[in-house]
Amino acid sequence: MTTPLALDVQGLARRYGGRWALSGVSFSLEAGQALALVGRNGSGKSTLLRLLAAALRVHAGEARVCGADLRRDADTVRRRTALLSHAAYTWEALSARENLVFTSRLLGQDRPRERAAQRLEQVGLAARGDDPVSSFSAGMRKRLALARTLLQEAPLVMLDEPYGALDPPGFRLIDGIIRAVRVEGRSVVMATHQVERAAALCDRGLVLEQGRVAWQGPAAELPLKSGLLRGSEEGA
Amino acid sequence: MNVFFAALHKELLLQWRTRARVLSVVVFGATALLLMSFAIGPDAGSLRQYAGGFLWLALLLSSTLTLEASLEAETEQQALEGLLLLPVAPTILFYSKALANTAQLALLGTVLVPVAIVLYGAGTARPLALFGLIVLGAGGLAAPGTLYATMTARARAKQTLLPLLLFPLVVPVLIAATKASSLLILGDPMRQLSAWLTLLVAFCGIYWTLCGLMFGVIVED
Repeated sequence: MTTPLALDVQGLARRYGGRWALSGVSFSLEAGQALALVGRNGSGKSTLLRLLAAALRVHAGEARVCGADLRRDADTVRRRTALLSHAAYTWEALSARENLVFTSRLLGQDRPRERAAQRLEQVGLAARGDDPVSSFSAGMRKRLALARTLLQEAPLVMLDEPYGALDPPGFRLIDGIIRAVRVEGRSVVMATHQVERAAALCDRGLVLEQGRVAWQGPAAELPLKSGLLRGSEEGA
Repeated sequence: MNVFFAALHKELLLQWRTRARVLSVVVFGATALLLMSFAIGPDAGSLRQYAGGFLWLALLLSSTLTLEASLEAETEQQALEGLLLLPVAPTILFYSKALANTAQLALLGTVLVPVAIVLYGAGTARPLALFGLIVLGAGGLAAPGTLYATMTARARAKQTLLPLLLFPLVVPVLIAATKASSLLILGDPMRQLSAWLTLLVAFCGIYWTLCGLMFGVIVED
């Protein structure tokens, strides 16, 4: 019996104007596995994640995301994915709690207040939950964005540079969350410059260079491929 | 339906939290009315005759500030993209925002009426009808305004683009609203009010339907 695929990507491509940001990207990921996406700045990691979350339109290629066709069934893809992006996707004038309660309500979930409180506790923002987001530091915004991502309870969680702006306890928080998500049988795709951490947390690794797949294989081998990443240490 | 009310609640709460901006828009609208009254001069008859037109002109100019501000909250941390990644129909997002903008513009119009009464002597024997007309006219501005404000939210020249796109489109709404307002202020011996109101309702219906359908397309990528 074969394991269902969380991601089956064939020749995916995306251009901005006349420049191809991503071209001919193909890979697959089994359900419940974690994929580490590494590459230099501008190599196409964020574009790939946003394509897979149906935040951007695909210009060429095909992909099935948790069984749904990315090009023909974007709504289902959005239902089955949660993306932690560079932007926090939050409303500055509202409190952290209000942001999560509204997101929960928009998702049609029951007990939105309870869920919001749980997620605030999980990311270490319970004490500041009623403060406006505009008063938050970059690290706190990142934690709130993470809480929002987890609130979606999607089968595929995609994290774009999750360690960025976080302090060492924040790093451990991300590690713990990735492990917890995987224990629940959900899949994770993480774009990061933290190669050692990614190798320890993920099953598969994929290196992007100038929008193309330069290498893919077991995540444990990622540090050996660090030559591909020379000069691209994370500014987290 | 619950999702729609959640989205509407969020919009209204955002407007309440940024209410200081509303004050600046009210001051802008009142100043516009004041300047236009000076342009006409002290003739009470002329002032009263043109009051309807100037009221809607002040509301139109102020509306661009209100509409722009309503999208600012969605673009600061790309909240709109985050919303679009949730399994929520874009039409729900559009109608909740357009309805909240209608409420804000109607409030602005209602606040400007006493200013118009003082400056132009633009009182009416049918204040409730005038209020209903303001709500209807605000709806006619808010639907295309919300659509265009979304389209131009990330443009560098949004302050220029929004009026350029919006003003020509809402001319029928402004004409109908101005004529109906004038009839309410000056009297309606020929019973023309219902015809102008019908025109206004028709354009509101068209705008709310078409803009709701187009919103999903413009935010797709």
